[in-house]
Amino acid sequence: MTSAALLAPLWQPFADNQFLRHALLASGLVAVICAVAGTYVVLRGLSFVGDALAHGVIPGIAISLLLGVPGFVGAVVGAGVMMYGVTAITSRTRLSSDTAVGLLFVGMLSLGVIVTSRSASFVGDITRILFGELLGVTTGDLVWQVSVLIVVALIAFVGHRPFVLMSLDDGLARTSGFSVRLFHRLMLVMVALAIVGSFQLVGTLLVLGLVIAPAATGALVARRVGSMMTVAACCGLVSSYVGLLVSYHFDVAAGASIVFVAVYLFVVVAVVTIPRRKLGHREIPHQHEHRH
Amino acid sequence: MSIKRHSIEATALSVGYGVHTVVQDIDLHVAPGDFVALIGTNGSGKSTLLKTLAGMLSPISGSVSVLMARPGDLPQRVAYLPQHPVSSHTLPLRARDIVGMGRFARLGLFRRPSLVDNEIVAQSMHRTGADEFSNLPLRELSGGQQQRTHLAQVLAREAEVLLLDEPTAGLDMAGKAAIAAIISEERAKGTTVVVATHDLHEAETASSVMLLAQRVVAYGPPAVALRDDYLRECFGFTQPH
Repeated sequence: MTSAALLAPLWQPFADNQFLRHALLASGLVAVICAVAGTYVVLRGLSFVGDALAHGVIPGIAISLLLGVPGFVGAVVGAGVMMYGVTAITSRTRLSSDTAVGLLFVGMLSLGVIVTSRSASFVGDITRILFGELLGVTTGDLVWQVSVLIVVALIAFVGHRPFVLMSLDDGLARTSGFSVRLFHRLMLVMVALAIVGSFQLVGTLLVLGLVIAPAATGALVARRVGSMMTVAACCGLVSSYVGLLVSYHFDVAAGASIVFVAVYLFVVVAVVTIPRRKLGHREIPHQHEHRH
Repeated sequence: MSIKRHSIEATALSVGYGVHTVVQDIDLHVAPGDFVALIGTNGSGKSTLLKTLAGMLSPISGSVSVLMARPGDLPQRVAYLPQHPVSSHTLPLRARDIVGMGRFARLGLFRRPSLVDNEIVAQSMHRTGADEFSNLPLRELSGGQQQRTHLAQVLAREAEVLLLDEPTAGLDMAGKAAIAAIISEERAKGTTVVVATHDLHEAETASSVMLLAQRVVAYGPPAVALRDDYLRECFGFTQPH
């Protein structure tokens, strides 16, 4: 058997099936969107708020499906409501914010299920919302994802300096002349957009995995924010490709396979880099010795 | 009567969090080049006063101005070092990136750092000794090295007023001596320095000392403010001579 024939399972499925090519293109776009937004989510420790946003979009999508309008319209509205709720909770309530945000997100999740249960195709709809529909990506969806990518990249370009300052300390951003309130909201908008742009592929339950796992892998190995984002994008792209192949050859769920590969990559990199990070401290005196 | 230009001016100032007052009736008049040491126990109001001067807390009552403006309005001219700068282990930032962030107040959102900016960053790192580990990520630095890095960031801002909350915390003797030298150099340039500290020896080198114990116990030159009876009131004991 020639090497081309041996390697065929790695590319043939994409050559043969347009729906797989669309899925690969869409998950590649989403990998870049999530790498950009996810980097700041991980740096600023917003994972839980991101999770809340991902669940907050469910009632919006459910209502859209009932009304027969595109799911992302409802997702945008749902994310807006959730962002308002999260901001109100974190600025006003006396409850610890993780408790209040947690309550808000299960509240939104249950509302989503209630709304969906009115639909004639309840099981199909709820499955699509929670676990995505990666193999049904249309050209229209791709256009939507490119638009989301442009806006997310624009927000990251404008907000990069305040975002980095805020990931170190809010006070530092404020005393450097940047409005923490404004840029925190801008960051939430970016995270919400990343979720709204990606949920269709892997579903609202798993979308946070795409946002966080590649960025967390980047944080393990990178020494600069730019390289963290690049590593995150590469991890996302590799996860998309490998996940789709696994899904095709073993006939398992596509979205979940991608997220699983992304998380698996994180675990492998974490295990490989643990010794280096633990030794990091002890290496400092050696460096001095070499230099002098 | 001569009108003296003050870099920090506070009259009947009450500071605190929300409605909770920590210290009231603070009168503070600091001239350019002055070095004010704020002395007191934990919870005495040192950090609260510094945060108010930095514009991070709104004054509860009274008036306060820094460089003739509202606190927080001149980020390019006032630098603040918080008490425990956060050092998250996930941050992929090298020591030199952290120090470079000191230029953001001047560079704004988009302007690229010039050669001059880079030179200022390098000099600031050299002054605190942070240049020895400039390429190491924050997560691999010891507590003292992180403190030197954050101090270098404050210096890189080239501010006219430095508000430093326990700058010598976590530093060894050499580090403390380096900070003392930096404060002298900054004062010589006309920079106003306000430092919150527990260190009475550091306070003795200040031009004035404010003793705080949720109120102003004493304020004046070290020889006047660091009297035994004031210190006893502040700390419950006196300084061994």
